[in-house]
Amino acid sequence: MSTPNPRFDFDIAVVGSGPAGLAAAALAASKGASVVLLDEQAEPGGQIYRAVTETPVRDRKVLGPDYWHGAELLGPLRDSGAVHWPGTIVWSVARPREDAGDGHRPIQIGLSRNGLAAMLTVRHVILATGALERPFPIPGWTLPGVLGAGAAQVLLKTSGLVPSGATVMAGSGPLLWLLAWQYLQAGARIDAILDTTPKENWRAALPLLPGFLRSPYWAKGMKLMLEVRRKLTVIGNVTALRAEGAIGGDSALKSVVYTRNGTEHRLPADTLLLHHGVIPNLNLANATGCAQRWDEQQRCWRPTTDDWGATSVEGVSLAGDGAGIGGARAAEEAGRLAALDALHRLGRIGREQRDQLATPFRAALDRALTGRAFLDTLYTPAEAFRAPADDTIVCRCEEITAGAVREAVRLGCSGPNQAKSFLRCGMGPCQGRLCGPTVTEVIAAERGVSPAEVGYYRLRPPVKPITLAELAALPKTDADIDAVFKH
Amino acid sequence: MFRRLPEIETATAAQAVSFTIDGRPASARAGDSVTAALLANGVTACRTTAVSGAARGPYCMMGVCYDCLVTIDGTGNRQGCQVRVAPGMAVETQNGKREVER
Amino acid sequence: MTATASSKPASFCPDVIVIGGGLHGCSAALHLSMRGVRVLVLEKDHVARHASGVNAGGVRQLGRHVAEVPLSVASMALWHRIRDLVDDDCGFESHGQIKVAESEAELATSHARVAELNALGFTHEEVVGQDELRSLVPAIADHCVGALVSRGDGAAIPFRTTFAFRRKAMALGARFQEGGAVTRLSRQGGLWTVETADGARFEAPVVVNAAGAWADRIAAQVGEPVPLEVIAPMLMITARVAPFIKPVVGATGRTLSFKQFPNGTVLIGGGLLGRAVRDENRTELDFSQVSVNARTVWDLFPCMRGATIVRSWAGIEARMPDQIPVIGPSGTEPDLYHSFGFSAHGFQLGPIVGRITADLIAGGSTDLPIAPFSIGRFAA
Repeated sequence: MSTPNPRFDFDIAVVGSGPAGLAAAALAASKGASVVLLDEQAEPGGQIYRAVTETPVRDRKVLGPDYWHGAELLGPLRDSGAVHWPGTIVWSVARPREDAGDGHRPIQIGLSRNGLAAMLTVRHVILATGALERPFPIPGWTLPGVLGAGAAQVLLKTSGLVPSGATVMAGSGPLLWLLAWQYLQAGARIDAILDTTPKENWRAALPLLPGFLRSPYWAKGMKLMLEVRRKLTVIGNVTALRAEGAIGGDSALKSVVYTRNGTEHRLPADTLLLHHGVIPNLNLANATGCAQRWDEQQRCWRPTTDDWGATSVEGVSLAGDGAGIGGARAAEEAGRLAALDALHRLGRIGREQRDQLATPFRAALDRALTGRAFLDTLYTPAEAFRAPADDTIVCRCEEITAGAVREAVRLGCSGPNQAKSFLRCGMGPCQGRLCGPTVTEVIAAERGVSPAEVGYYRLRPPVKPITLAELAALPKTDADIDAVFKH
Repeated sequence: MFRRLPEIETATAAQAVSFTIDGRPASARAGDSVTAALLANGVTACRTTAVSGAARGPYCMMGVCYDCLVTIDGTGNRQGCQVRVAPGMAVETQNGKREVER
Repeated sequence: MTATASSKPASFCPDVIVIGGGLHGCSAALHLSMRGVRVLVLEKDHVARHASGVNAGGVRQLGRHVAEVPLSVASMALWHRIRDLVDDDCGFESHGQIKVAESEAELATSHARVAELNALGFTHEEVVGQDELRSLVPAIADHCVGALVSRGDGAAIPFRTTFAFRRKAMALGARFQEGGAVTRLSRQGGLWTVETADGARFEAPVVVNAAGAWADRIAAQVGEPVPLEVIAPMLMITARVAPFIKPVVGATGRTLSFKQFPNGTVLIGGGLLGRAVRDENRTELDFSQVSVNARTVWDLFPCMRGATIVRSWAGIEARMPDQIPVIGPSGTEPDLYHSFGFSAHGFQLGPIVGRITADLIAGGSTDLPIAPFSIGRFAA
């Protein structure tokens, strides 16, 4: 390796400008650390507050007050002195073993801006990489016209686009109801909402209801859901779904078939919006070497963190939904806690000061997380949607079916990494984001063990594809590196 | 199928961006991603896969699914949902494997 | 971790214990099983977890150390009939391997190489000029003046290959135990006792050390330490592109392995190194070296400049100081055989070295010249 470079470009890099990243960067910079906020989008807000600076949907009644709260995070960021680099893709975070000659082991961030790649050197990283929608594999889910509900919400926020034609929404979870309600406010037509919440989940969630009733969400959520149920067709207890294209062809969605009480029904559909909750987007954390664990309550993998967001990799913290689903308000507070801990680890504030400053944020975090257990339990998708039928594509990129994965298990592949090597599932550009959870669950069900025992894909940088040209031109001298950063 | 909300449709006229889809003239709103612009113009399938030739359209709109891949100004494998539409931009649906040098 | 479905070892008395479930361990297991020998393979993680599952898949005779050439030529014959051996084509395709020369000086070394091989009776490599190079590899950069070519070479899919060897071995009676690293090896009364980290104990008259990047520990257990270096060769792969190249390409003056799979993805490697942490099954990529690799492709294949790299990785491999493996009987103990240290080019040798090991165990000798690979060369 080349001579260790002792320079640090910044004290702290924050990756992701959703609520956790915005709050973390603003707080850390306001306390005097040199901070850079990196995000791939052109404007801040992450996904939950996507387009909050520029949405064409100016009527605040459509997107609702929770969305507009995001705008309040922008002022503190601007005033804090943090450097903000939008349009920046982070493809690697690593802490090489050699130290920089001065006792510090820098963290190297591989990033791309304006088509040029470079390595940024920092002392601490806060990953605020957020969540993505849980994969919802059903036969036909790869047909054009089938999108995630979150995707449709992005189209509304960024471009004021709503579905036209026959539109069906399906799944369960708060975002589904929120989107349906936003469509009602906007005057968009939804033909049916197919609710897949399993009946038995109600029984399991009931003991957790008192906690949920204490949360800030239940009244808002209730009101929103009741309005949707009153004004739209909601069909409950849906146990199976498939999306169909035109007979003999597969170029676009034409209808949705659902099963309820053992009977199949067909609905014409030009657009099908699927949603089964969100799960941490953990590719960057995984590729950085952060340990992760299976969370049985949220039924997903999450990087292991302490209550300041510190991961198993020194100098790398996680805040927000990327560490475990808690929602936007929880993410903000977790971002602040991670910032305080980073400041402490860098020697800028003492332990007592850190703990003292954290008190109101921790209280707000606890309040924001109240009732989470109820939602997680109620909205756990049924097994048929987590480990689908054989003919369902589970790896969209490589077009590998659940049946192929089961067959690989029978041939001796006991985990996702072997299945990946054997079948190519997880080897496409999405790097397992849309198949990882399903492949783990299919293997677990086939072997009769828990997902925790099966494990997850072992991910490596680059966590987002990068061109050969960018890699070839990775700058080596300080002057070259400066040239990239001064854009 | 997606349509623009009426109040935004009128506002869009003032901020219209002209571009092409497979050579055909099209119009979108400044600030639209290429994928949003395609959907607004009635294009639901943006590519066929390199594996089986199956038609695909956007799925996640947040840059994680890689189904929205299109060729933009001659460069293939671009995520349409991550690129803003620009005046004069040439967007092409991407069929099968990306061609080398595109 | 998980153990593969297999009977408890107490009821299966192996004739041979193979330590290591990579390609060389599985190949030894297969060839022994073909002779009716009862084999138990002990793999500390899962079969093909390390170098055998993640290498570039190059199946080449081209450019090998002259000591390896006879083995490599014999192995190539097996590769061309690999389906007969393991009931799977292993993704093997043969369109030749090419080492381009970027200057007249490099071309001169290619000529010298061919002369050396010819003198030893080998004719599988030849030198081609610019025109022939361009017809074999139209996408090669203009400045390349010629190349060293081995037309019978090719590439296969490493995980699939290793898996196929394992499956065939199992079909012929071999057993595999995964999940426990061998911690202790001792010999008493003509029998080896092998203990693993998960508390298991196995016995057999014969042991094969095919433990890859951990083989030095096995060798040390029997009093013959070797200077094995743990390395992490790096690779990267692109998204699928339309087919544009058939042979596998390397370069004379710099590190490169460049190939396109039938599915359209392009694999780039050659042996630039990251860092390995073998006790954590972990590697770290060194992007300054990945960048060198990318630069080489930039120079030699201009059409690839805009290609998207979707993944990079590194395997955990063993390298010996003289860059050739350790094959053959132990120098200190009877009934112990070594098959390790393949220094980032062992994949193509897998089929033949397993046969050599089986020949040594079952028949006491091999018809191939393995003297240069003796572990004795490291004895103090």
